[in-house]
Amino acid sequence: MSFPPFKTLTSETLVLRMENIDTDQVIPARFLTMTSREGLGKLAFNDWRYDENGKENDHPLNSDTAKAAQILVAGHNFGCGSSREHAPWALMDYGFRAVISSEIADIFHANALKNGFLPIVIEKSAHEWLLDHPGEDVTIDLEACEVRLPKNGGTYPFKIDPFSRLCLLQGQDELDYLLGQDDAITEYEAAQ
Amino acid sequence: MPKSLFDKVWERHVVALETRERPATVFIDLHLIHEVTTPQAFTVLRERGLKVRRPDLTLATIDHSTPTLVNKDGSRPYVSAQAEKQVEMLLANTAEHGITTHGWDSPYRGIVHVMGPELGATWPGKTIVCGDSHTATHGAFGALAFGIGTTQVGHVLANQCILMRKPKSMCIWVDGELADGVSAKDVILAIIAKVGVGGGTGHVIEYRGQCFEDMDMSARMTVCNMSIEAGARAGMIAPDATTVAYFEGKVMAPADFDKAAADWLSLASDAGCTYDKEVRLDAADIKPMVTYGTHPGMAMPIDGLVPEDNAYMDMQAGTAIAGTKVDTVFIGSCTNSRIEDFRVAAKILEGKSVADSVTAVFVPGSEQVKIQAEAEGLHETFLAAGAQWREPGCSMCIGMNGDIGKPGDLIVSTSNRNFEGRQGPGVRTVLASPATAAASAVTGVITDAQTLLRSI
Ligand code: SF4
Repeated sequence: MSFPPFKTLTSETLVLRMENIDTDQVIPARFLTMTSREGLGKLAFNDWRYDENGKENDHPLNSDTAKAAQILVAGHNFGCGSSREHAPWALMDYGFRAVISSEIADIFHANALKNGFLPIVIEKSAHEWLLDHPGEDVTIDLEACEVRLPKNGGTYPFKIDPFSRLCLLQGQDELDYLLGQDDAITEYEAAQ
Repeated sequence: MPKSLFDKVWERHVVALETRERPATVFIDLHLIHEVTTPQAFTVLRERGLKVRRPDLTLATIDHSTPTLVNKDGSRPYVSAQAEKQVEMLLANTAEHGITTHGWDSPYRGIVHVMGPELGATWPGKTIVCGDSHTATHGAFGALAFGIGTTQVGHVLANQCILMRKPKSMCIWVDGELADGVSAKDVILAIIAKVGVGGGTGHVIEYRGQCFEDMDMSARMTVCNMSIEAGARAGMIAPDATTVAYFEGKVMAPADFDKAAADWLSLASDAGCTYDKEVRLDAADIKPMVTYGTHPGMAMPIDGLVPEDNAYMDMQAGTAIAGTKVDTVFIGSCTNSRIEDFRVAAKILEGKSVADSVTAVFVPGSEQVKIQAEAEGLHETFLAAGAQWREPGCSMCIGMNGDIGKPGDLIVSTSNRNFEGRQGPGVRTVLASPATAAASAVTGVITDAQTLLRSI
């Protein structure tokens, strides 16, 4: 289940200012009966995007700009709540490849990286600027671990686990790595 | 160097050490699985031609998408063909890979976090994972238990290990004794209100102090269960005599029990161990708590005034939360669906009725809870009061099986999450203890059980 390598990405942003956007908002629990990953994008943020008859409303997520944006900028503490991996799957299937916030919840963070979706925690001033400038172009440079905001001239570093970074740069996943540790695991099991 | 409970359990399970370049490889002693977060993981195994490495350390049940009602003809009213397919897929996948499964015919089937401890599969010192964020529940036994996503479910199925950097540690001390009528649910809601929904992010919490020492295992599970709502991957409580005594008669208790028990007791944190973060609360200050907003940190004492407006919840700053009209009461979920919770509810409902305006839905956490409650006659109290007594499952905690409220309804719920739409689109959730839920069912408005009991 490897994914396309992630090196640099330049895209306009879609901004969801709300703080504490939980994974129930990203993909409501009633869609978790899905047994595959495909088709989750049209269910992303379902309860914000559709009216009672299932028609798209005027939420920014339904705009053409949003559908072109590959970078989501979200309010503080994005991705809290349920550990459902359907959340990064839905965001990716929608078309996003990265989310930027001033804080991102642990499990979502880990789940995202495992699927080649980049969660970026950025310093507050840059985050605020991004929240205030929806649709601006942003460049994410994973080799340099920095976010560049051409319009405000700033370059902001972000941290990422070196192992996850390597996996993303190479488009490889952790399962291959773990399978490579078979001997060590067998040894551990034998010692129990 | 003195070690904490978390340090000790972590160290025992490291297969390959963490370095700057790579996370640790951590061995998993117990992998709990259910229908929701596994289908895509089994698909990956199939795609890559892999087998389940340790079916003997894997335990399955069906709980999330399962109906809590039974049709007259004995069939089950699934909410959708998709939900039924998901359950059947779990049963087929586990059969194919030789994984013990507590399905429809097992007397142990239940919410995965209620079932594990009841079977005695949850041991102190184990590493336990499940594709479910409330896996922290098992930390009540001094296990290191945390939720994982479906990709990691695949890793554990294939390798019995996960890759993980050691989280930071946090100690939450609650000293002193709780006042009458204050329960474990109130304690954890008070903790989350204090530290915030992100307060434990990146940390494993250890709960220490007399307040937790005084609790039975059910109460400790309620506390650890909601660690994730404070942002923490896991919450733990050191094994003690109460923990050891819990294993009496459990089918999956260790064979050499005395030896195991001695080892468990040695896991308690060493005197002088340090934590990356510490928080202190005084048990005596904690009151019955309810939430007024749309995340679990928006909690307040039940006798207080709503601190801020919340449009979704239709709550106005400065108004008393007690007395707010209630449409539905749900007692259930891995937070509060054990026998102890239903005993509390039965005591309050004994000889009383559920208000006409209220639908009360009581869902035992497992077949075992159901069997025990019925042996004690609790279900008769509930039915006589006009409450529904259903089949075990997650039910209205997450509503995946179709057990949801109507838009605008206010549900007093003993579950763990009050996010917008968690219990159905537009549904407003107020998290509370079983006592508060039962009392509110009787009066039809948010009610402190102590007030109700005093007024009679
Ligand atoms: S009861 Fe709720 S929180 Fe617990 S496992 Fe089920 S859905 Fe998850």
